Formats: sequence, structure tokens, C-alpha cells
Amino acid sequence: MSFGGPEVCHTKQERLTMSESLQSAIKEICEVVGNDRTQMMEIVEQVQDRFGCVSSEAMDLIAQQMNCHRVEVMSVVSFYSFLSEKPKGTVVIRLCNDVIDLMKGANHAADAFRDELGIEFGETTPDGKITLEWTPCIGMSDQAPAALINDEVVTYLGSDGARNIARQLKEGTAPSKLVGRLGDGNNANDLVKSMVHNNIRNAGPVVFAEGIVKGDGLKKALAMSPREVINDVKNSRLRGRGGAGFPTGMKWDFTRQADGDKKYIFCNADEGEPGTFKDRVILTEKPDLMFEGMTIGGYAIGADEGILYLRGEYAYLRAFLDDVLANRRDAGLLGKNICGKGFDFDIRIVMGAGAYICGEETALLSSAEGMRGDPKNRPPFPAQKGYRDCPTAVNNVETFCKVTRILEKGPGWFSEIGSEGSAGTKLLSISGDCHKPGVYEVPFGIKLREVMDLCGAEDVQAVQIGGPSGRLVGKDSMDDQICYDHLATGGSLMVFSRKRNLLKKVLNFMEFFEEESCGYCTPCRVGNVLLRKKIEAIVNGEGEPADLEYLQTLGETVKTCSRCGLGQTSPNPVLTSLESFRDVYEAALKPALKDGSQPEFDIRAALRPAEAIAGRASSHFAE
Amino acid sequence: MSENVTLTIDGKDITGEKGQTIMDAALANDIYIPHLCHHPDLAPYGSCRVCTCLVNGRPQTACTFPISDGMEVENDTDTVNEMRKQIVEMLFVEGNHYCMFCEKSGNCELQALAYRFGVTTPRYPYQFPKREVDASHPNVWIDRDRCVLCARCIRASKDVDGKHAFDFAGRGPNRHISVDAADGIEHTPVDADDKAVQVCPVGSLMLKRQGYKIPIGQRKYDHEPIGTDIETGASKKQ
Ligand SMILES: Cc1cc2nc3c(=O)[nH]c(=O)nc-3n(C[C@H](O)[C@H](O)[C@H](O)COP(=O)(O)O)c2cc1C
Ligand code: SF4
Ligand code: FES
Ligand code: FES
Repeated sequence: MSFGGPEVCHTKQERLTMSESLQSAIKEICEVVGNDRTQMMEIVEQVQDRFGCVSSEAMDLIAQQMNCHRVEVMSVVSFYSFLSEKPKGTVVIRLCNDVIDLMKGANHAADAFRDELGIEFGETTPDGKITLEWTPCIGMSDQAPAALINDEVVTYLGSDGARNIARQLKEGTAPSKLVGRLGDGNNANDLVKSMVHNNIRNAGPVVFAEGIVKGDGLKKALAMSPREVINDVKNSRLRGRGGAGFPTGMKWDFTRQADGDKKYIFCNADEGEPGTFKDRVILTEKPDLMFEGMTIGGYAIGADEGILYLRGEYAYLRAFLDDVLANRRDAGLLGKNICGKGFDFDIRIVMGAGAYICGEETALLSSAEGMRGDPKNRPPFPAQKGYRDCPTAVNNVETFCKVTRILEKGPGWFSEIGSEGSAGTKLLSISGDCHKPGVYEVPFGIKLREVMDLCGAEDVQAVQIGGPSGRLVGKDSMDDQICYDHLATGGSLMVFSRKRNLLKKVLNFMEFFEEESCGYCTPCRVGNVLLRKKIEAIVNGEGEPADLEYLQTLGETVKTCSRCGLGQTSPNPVLTSLESFRDVYEAALKPALKDGSQPEFDIRAALRPAEAIAGRASSHFAE
Repeated sequence: MSENVTLTIDGKDITGEKGQTIMDAALANDIYIPHLCHHPDLAPYGSCRVCTCLVNGRPQTACTFPISDGMEVENDTDTVNEMRKQIVEMLFVEGNHYCMFCEKSGNCELQALAYRFGVTTPRYPYQFPKREVDASHPNVWIDRDRCVLCARCIRASKDVDGKHAFDFAGRGPNRHISVDAADGIEHTPVDADDKAVQVCPVGSLMLKRQGYKIPIGQRKYDHEPIGTDIETGASKKQ
């Protein structure tokens, strides 16, 4: 699949043929998925892929074919940034505007694209060939600046590189031909062929250990009862690696015990938190470990179906992952009667289409059910009522890898690694101002200072821990441990040196949340806009002392009253930077006038155009 | 047979039925929990967050959260009401609410909430969004300027009218009501007597030619604050 779009038509004749082919194509696409309403994502993604948009006409045709309402199709299409009603170019360039990419010079690449293509971001070239867009973090912060060209990833994108790419695309070169030297490991696999690098800097004993034999963990699990498997996971003290840190064994126990014959296990490969890319490396190098963990989980909770929800940005890995699944089926590790133990289980892949909120587990389920990615009300929790109203366990990519290893080596082996409250290792995605950005597998309990030494960070001013939804910490936190109780992180660590403007980073994070809020609830939908605007004013030198209180109060209300984890964490960039770097804010505030007052706007400047027309100064201010 | 559940709201002991939400249990006990997206005839939705309470110390929305034995709910306190007031102010600046020119004034739940919370002017800057009006239908019109995205019309049209004439499109600040037709509400099966048209809490989905039927001064919230009928038990006697 690709998220660009081919055919753009000009003549009336062409439009007519297009209309017929649209109709037959939609019929075919819908029939392939059995006209199943819950497969709406697959349908609209395919239409986008083949026609460059899901046009108004296409929405009507899909609704007819699926026997649903047009407005339902509309509500899905308008939700995801990779889908669009308006036609896009045959090639869509999506340049990442994550903070790290901007620090590494994404703006130079942007200028080169603008200049060479003669269009602005958000526009398509007049010949309908190339669309230029910004996109949030695509999971390549360790090789920034990076961009997606349809499904292809280009990394380390300087202005010459961008110019070169734009020229080739204008000449009609296919995006797949743009990839020059291939990356390491499976990035060079025939089914991947990407220039992405793994950048595994620290291979720990759990996920990146040498000599792991495919099927070992699964065979041990199937020799036990599901209850015993869950006990092993509980005894290992494994907690979720996706951010919230819920004990995995407990989640599986709830799901197992929930009423219902049909259950599901989901792997969350949405990896949308800016600065996180460790799941990308697992998906590339250790997919068997992940799929095996899903199979073990399926056995433990009593599911016969697993779904990998893969973010649209990682579409370049899709064919490879499908192939890994096929090989597992051939090896008797998936499908009917797995390992001859009478256990039936299979896994399929559902693709996201550019929405950070779909990493939130209930939004992910909405999306996988073929709807817009709105989170669901809780309770009921997915363990009771999840995918298609059946009990469902959702876990992170890394969590599943850990399960496989725990079953293979025993819970005691795992729980001895790490710190007291946080067992095992953690994969960190480190980027920003350091010499060795990449993935580090470290034991929990490691101090931030040690991590900074490992990655060669220099002149550190601040570290953003756990992505924008996490915390911005400074020097005072260097001796704190990375673990669930102190510096908790789903994996992202962004290093900012002393030469960086921290408020601009906060602004970038708030722009991200504003863009990515699903808009369901008031505080997140409106509050994040208000927070962003105030930070923007402060960055532009228009802040006043009272603004700090305003940010604090507003931020707390958004956190407290929002409906899901997005809004409950989105004010964190503001609140944690106010806590750790209040002096930076204070230095940016507008100095008071001579009389001590702090007017909101400059009345003299506002009057200037009128004074120019009148040819005299306003009498109020005449000296 | 329904099972009884006992809980407290602001220290007062109340009894509800197992499976009820906090909102429904409160209403049955003549306790007003401010709300906007909640409507007694529609499935809970949980979007406006005006009904946020502290439940055993944690924020939860009363309209979606089920009651349980021994639960302690904090509803009418300064902390909780202050947050609600902020949310109402957010809704005011998000849309274009010119109450003084609005047909719904006096019958508007958003306006009434603002009065109840003592909002004189919102503390946040107005966003002045560009929103579309759709007056194509002979009897019904949508002014999205005033929409608070409560999804009442969506739920009513889908679950009560059986039409699914509305749904949300767009996301984040761009979320908006969309109709089930490419070219306006007149091409949907919406009728003037649809439930969807009766449940809008504000002046967004309105019947035409009805705006001033009830004179200003004689409207629902002209004389007493929103929630008074619940607190006095009058809403149940009707
Ligand atoms: C806005 C938001 C985005 C999230 N994104 C992800 C994600 O990309 N990957 C992930 O594993 N968990 C993500 N989560 C957490 C999931 O909701 C869920 O807790 C997690 O997948 C559970 O897996 P675990 O227990 O193995 O960590 C996100 C949560 C929120 C609120
Ligand atoms: S907090 Fe509310 S608006 Fe924000 S993403 Fe969650 S449900 Fe959507
Ligand atoms: S009334 Fe409960 S969230 Fe709106
Ligand atoms: S007075 Fe509230 S929408 Fe008009």
C-alpha cells in the first residue's frame, strides 16, 4: 500500500472512464473484505492509494456498496491525515517537523523542496504530480531530518538531498528508485529495501540478545496451562512498555476471566509519541519475538485471533511483516494446531493512516473496527469489552518481546534484571544533541547521567523524557533513575543542549497536541489551542507575568478534565517546563513599562497606520 | 429485580440501582449535576466534561460513570465548579456565541450554565472561527457557529430517528457536524419532528420560523437558573 495517489485526470473523457473505474474498483475492494463494515480502514486506504483521494463520489459509492451511510465514510476519511477528500499528487512528500528534525535542519530541506517544486507546504504542483506536506514524527528522529515519499523513507535529508529528490520526482522517477544505499540488517531485505538504519547502540540481554531460537518461548508456553503462563508473566513482574506501565500478567488475567467466548489480542505498533522509534527497530529486527509474544498472549487469554495495528508511517515494513507471518505459519508456529498442541491462532495486520491518538488503546480499537479514531468511554475497559465488544488485551510491541523471553528463560531470570519496582530492561530511543542517537537496551534503574554518558550527550540543558506527553527535566534530575517510579518513559529521550531555546520546543509540542487531539472532549480540543497560543505569545516576546498563572491553571484543568490519556498528558510540556525552567519563562516575559504596567498590546504601534493616513499623531499621545 | 447501590454525593447518602450512572442516580434523587452533552433520552456520550465530579478523589464524568457501593462523589464544591466554569468558558470562546442576537437565548443550556456559574466574560481569548451555516432544508437549519459538539443530534438521529443523518467530520479543533449528503441538509431525510432537531442544547440545529414564538422573558431559564427544576423536584412532577 502507498499513501500517495496516482491518476489525476484532466479531460472529460478521462473523468468518465475514471468514474466507471472508480465504481468497479470500489466494488472489488469492498468485496475482497466481504463488504465487512469493520474493514473500513482497509477500504478507504486502498481507494486513497489507487485514486489519490477518497472523493465525494467515492464516499457515496463506498456507502452504497457497504450499505452504510455516506456520513460514516466521511467521518472516517476526514479523521486521518493520510486520507483526503481532495485529490493529492501521485507522489506525496511528507517532511517530518518533529522538534528533533527541526533541530537537525528540516527547514533547509523544506526550503529546497519549496524552491525546487515551486509550491508551499499543503499544496500540489499544478501538473497534479507532487504534493508537499508536513507530518509529525515518523519514527526516524535518530536519523533526522527524515521524510516519507509515499511509503518510502528518506533519512539524513539535507538541502542538497531534498533538491535532488525533488528534481528526480519531477522527472518522473518512482519513489522506490530514490533509495540509494540500503540500511543495515533487515532494512536491506528485499521486501523492505529502505535506507533506514537500525542504530542499535546498546544490545541488552532480553530483546537484542544473540542466538534466540524462534519458537522456544512458545513451545514452553504451550506445555503449560494458560493459567500457568499468566502466573509466569505475573511473577516476572513485567509491566507494559507502551507508557502506562500496567502489569501485563494482571491485564491478561482480567481478559482471560472476562465473559465471552471470542477474545482478541492486539499489538500496538502505532509508535506515535514524538522521539520514539524503538518499536521500528523491533519490527525490523525482532518481529518473530513480537509475533511469538502475541501468540503466547493469545494462548494465555484464550484468543484465536491477534491483530498488529501498524502505524501508516511504517507501511514500508508491511510486506516484510506479512512474510514473517507466512514463515511462521509454514513453521507451524501460527495457524491451526500450533506446535501440534491443538492451539489455533492467527495474526493479521491492520494499518493506521496518520493519527497519533490511535496509539491510545481504545482509539486504536475504534480505528481497527473501521471507525474514526475516537477513544471509547471507560468503563468498560477493553479487557471486558474491547474489539467488536469482545474481551481484548492490547500490549506494546516491546512488551510482547519480553513475554517471549520470559517464557523461554523463566520469570526469575527476568525479574532479577532491573530495579526493585521495575523489572527487566527498557528500550530507549535517544535523539537530539548527542553523538550516538539510536536504540539502547538498558536495565531499569539506570541513572539519567549514565544514559547521557552512553549516548555521548554534551552540554545538556534539558532532557524530554517519555516524549512530549512526558516530562522536561534539567540538571537536577541527572541522578534520578529511569524506571516506573522516577523517570518513567515509554522509550523516548530527547536531549537539548544549552544552545537550544526550550520555549520553542514547548511550543512545537503543543502544536503537535493541538493537531493530534481527536476533538471529542472540550478541555483537550479547546484547551490545547489556548495553551499553544499563550506559549506562542511568550515566545514572540508578548508574554506577561500573569500568563504563567494562566498557563498553570489552564494546564491543570485540561489534565484533570480530559477524557483520555492524550488530554490528560498534553499540558505536560507546559507544566513540567514551568516547574523545571521557570527562569526561562521569566526571562522571556515582556518587561514592564516605566509606570510598572504591562499593556497587552502596543497601542502606539496599532495606531501607526491610521496616523500615517491622517498625516499627524493621535491627539491622545501628542507630546 | 434491580439491585440497590448506596453512595454519597457531597456527603449525602443516596440509593441508586446497579448499572445506573452517577448522573441518573443523582437525577432520581433530585440532585443536579451540571451537564451539557447528557440528555436523559439518549445514550451517554461524555464529551463536554461539564459533569466532571471527583469520584473517590478521581475526576470522572457523572454521565458515563457507573455507581458502586460506598462510592463518594464530590459534586457541588468550589474546586469542581471552578473547573466546570472554565470548561463552559472554553466552549464560549471556541464558537461564535452572540447570545444577544440568538433565537435560542433564554432557552440555551450553554448560556444558562454560564449564568449559573457566574461567567461574566470568558477569561480566554475569542477564537472567532469560520463556521458554515446550512439553511438548505425547508424547515430545519444548522448554524455551526453555535455548535458545542455534544453529539446529541448525532445520537438522536441514529438511535431514535433511525436515520444517521449526522456525524462528526474532521478532528481536533476542526471537528464539526457533517450531514449525510454531499450538498446540504435538504438532501438528508431529516424532518421537522425528528428527535434530532429537538435535542440541540444551543441554537445550532434549529427549526425555522420558531425562533421568537416564545417571547424573551418567558423562556425556560429567564426566571431561575438551570438545574432548579431538578433541585426542587419539579422536573419529575411534570
Ligand atoms: C495518546 C496516546 C498515545 C499512545 N500511543 C501508544 C503507542 O504508540 N504505543 C503503545 O504501545 N502505547 C501507546 N499508548 C498507551 C496505550 O494506550 C496502552 O496503554 C498500551 O498500548 C498498553 O500496552 P502495554 O501495557 O504493553 O504498555 C498511548 C496512549 C495515549 C494516551
Ligand atoms: S483528551 Fe479528549 S479530545 Fe483529547 S484525544 Fe482524548 S478524547 Fe480526544
Ligand atoms: S454531561 Fe457528562 S460529559 Fe457532558
Ligand atoms: S444563546 Fe446559546 S447558542 Fe445562542
